[in-house]
Amino acid sequence: MTLETIWFLLWGILWSVYFVLDGFDLGMGTLLPFIARNETEKRTIYNAAGPFWDGNEVWLLTAGGVTFAAFPAAYAAMFSGLYTALYLLLFALILRGVSFEFRSKVDSDAWRKAWDTCHFLGSFLPALLLGVAFANIFRGIALDANGVNQEGLLELLNPYGLLGGVVFVVMFVMHGSIWLAIKSSGPLHDRARTVAIKTWPIAVVGAVFFLVYTGLETMLFNNYMQNPLLFLVLIGAVLGLISVRSSLGSAKMWRAWAGSATFIAGVTMFGVIGLFPALLPSSLNAGWSMTIHNSASSPLTLKIMLGVALVMVPIVLAYQIWVYRTFSHKITQADLDYKEAY
Amino acid sequence: MDVLMLSRLQFAAATMFHFIFVPLTLGLSLLVAIMETRYVSTGDKTYKRMAKFWGKLFLINFALGVVTGITLEFQFGTNWSRYSAYVGDIFGSLLAIEATVAFFLESTFIGVWVFGWDRLSPKVHCLAIWLVAIASNVSGLWILLANGFMQNPVGYVMRNGRAELNDFIAVITNTTGILQFLHMIPAALTLAGFFIMGISAWHLLRDNETDFFTRSFKMGLGSALIFSVLVVLGGHIHGNNTALQQPAKLAAMESHWETQTRAPMYLLQMPSLTGDGNMIQALPVPGLLSFLAFNDVNAEVTGLNDIPEQDRPPVLLTFLSFRLMVGLGTLFPLMAGLAFLYRNRLKQFPLLKFLPWMIPLPYIAIFAGWTVTEVGRQPWIVQGLMRTADAVSPLATSQVVFSFVTLCLLYALLGAVDIFLMLKYARMGPE
Repeated sequence: MTLETIWFLLWGILWSVYFVLDGFDLGMGTLLPFIARNETEKRTIYNAAGPFWDGNEVWLLTAGGVTFAAFPAAYAAMFSGLYTALYLLLFALILRGVSFEFRSKVDSDAWRKAWDTCHFLGSFLPALLLGVAFANIFRGIALDANGVNQEGLLELLNPYGLLGGVVFVVMFVMHGSIWLAIKSSGPLHDRARTVAIKTWPIAVVGAVFFLVYTGLETMLFNNYMQNPLLFLVLIGAVLGLISVRSSLGSAKMWRAWAGSATFIAGVTMFGVIGLFPALLPSSLNAGWSMTIHNSASSPLTLKIMLGVALVMVPIVLAYQIWVYRTFSHKITQADLDYKEAY
Repeated sequence: MDVLMLSRLQFAAATMFHFIFVPLTLGLSLLVAIMETRYVSTGDKTYKRMAKFWGKLFLINFALGVVTGITLEFQFGTNWSRYSAYVGDIFGSLLAIEATVAFFLESTFIGVWVFGWDRLSPKVHCLAIWLVAIASNVSGLWILLANGFMQNPVGYVMRNGRAELNDFIAVITNTTGILQFLHMIPAALTLAGFFIMGISAWHLLRDNETDFFTRSFKMGLGSALIFSVLVVLGGHIHGNNTALQQPAKLAAMESHWETQTRAPMYLLQMPSLTGDGNMIQALPVPGLLSFLAFNDVNAEVTGLNDIPEQDRPPVLLTFLSFRLMVGLGTLFPLMAGLAFLYRNRLKQFPLLKFLPWMIPLPYIAIFAGWTVTEVGRQPWIVQGLMRTADAVSPLATSQVVFSFVTLCLLYALLGAVDIFLMLKYARMGPE
């Protein structure tokens, strides 16, 4: 396997980890106005993401940073090509981030309500926009010979792009409701589990539609036709999704979460593997696509970065797993009375 | 306004707004870590209350620093795509390393610190804030190495129409980045010191929690006193380095026009508004500029007249920012020195009531310093290698107008909320 190919796979894996980890925060934030019936339940939702969201969001920075470092030309084309969508994503994530920190700092209903709205928008919009962006990456954008996107935000909101956005929102809502069920008890727990169970068929229908539409709209299946073994990734995603339903039925919430995580990672990797060797196809001319061949960094940079990644990523995973274990308990009244809680 | 100007303004707005929060994060994280360490080693509850009180202000500040940091990484791709493609091989890898080595650690353990007071042993909890503090500062080092490459590109070779890495060690031992780090970290600790002194003074004047705020004040004072001196030393060495590596920037900092040996410094000086000379230039001190730049009164200092006009930075802004930074940088050790004389009878310190009003000054000094660094590098985005005008993304003006206006509105709103919360919690005092 060449260095470029390894980095391409790592690029996909980093995005997958980001979607799996921030996916549940964003899903819970999207659910906030619909599932929480009182102040205690709202705060339970904020604190269920409390010690984790910041560390989760760094995976986005790392995925972005790795795109920059390993495939600078693709990073340049992708980030300038998706300009307005990316700024909307950034503004939304900024609002979400500060809503955690600021919401409980002033004792006023209007203040809390304002930050709840920010939190919802700052969770729902990123879920939607990330889906729209990745569906458009799978489909290709109108890159010209210089790697400049000839279209704007409105063209990204094509039916396939929007379906991608909806699928991401549904995946994240299911993922978030499972996490909330893990972290809460009583009526909120029951409601969260019900939401997960009810979201499941929507996720199935969404995934089937997306898969069929992907076959019609993109070239992703070409790699799979050439090498049918790759379908294992898709089978993994399907098994994950099935496991979500069976685990929810038997109230094994951690297993359901693992299934949902597998599903999200499987969907992401399905798309990424289908793209290979492109990171960003051009819908105008296949020769103008950003691929690992025309956008990768020098072998020296890729080697050094690989060394850093092989040492650091396992360390990061190790301490983040420790953090998840340390704070895996259900949120209780004592946690909400804790002075530093959100 | 064109895409280039809008993108530059947006970069300046996004970066400067982010940098309101960075220096306090760098400095205060270390001081809070020391407070908590004292609590753990002595068992003295006051230190725990100190870590919690200053930690709360730290967190309000930290939140905005984190969320506005994402913009910084993304805007290279969104607005400076040609720059990103041109130097991403080096610059991008430094940012990616920063994220994996430092930013993960900082962002993960801040959550541990906030939520872990009752769930972790005091030692492990204290370790969490040390990891945050160390990671923040290590993060700063990588970012400054990336910026150092823009000031003084090293370790690269031109190949395939772009700058490619050929000597990683040269990139990570770039004197510019390291000297910027050695100037920036003491600046951050000076800022944090005056921040603590200012808020403590406000409470001491009102006789609130005298013991708590006296101890806090002394910690802030220690930091301000030591590091305001080190920041001057670091700045001087950094200036010597600039004289060697970026003569155009040095000439603009001093509005120095004629190349000459034994270059004087004028006690009264003002560049012309047209950028072609000085309108006021009086009271020369012979050889002082040569001495400050090269530690040698007879050294030759290149003047702006010997730099082609299209390669000159904007003189007036660079010159004034430098004066402002140096002026404030001189004030800090003097103020800290005076406060030190009254350290055991703070209430009698006649300047105590000015200290709360001094809190903004180190911020202004740091902004002025970064203006010198970044404006003084113009018209280059990477000194001598790529011009800023060649680096901007091919975007539609409407796109950048939208992002710039929205960003300014959002940041203004968040900035106001942050200041409101800071004042509220600073005035409230410890629990």
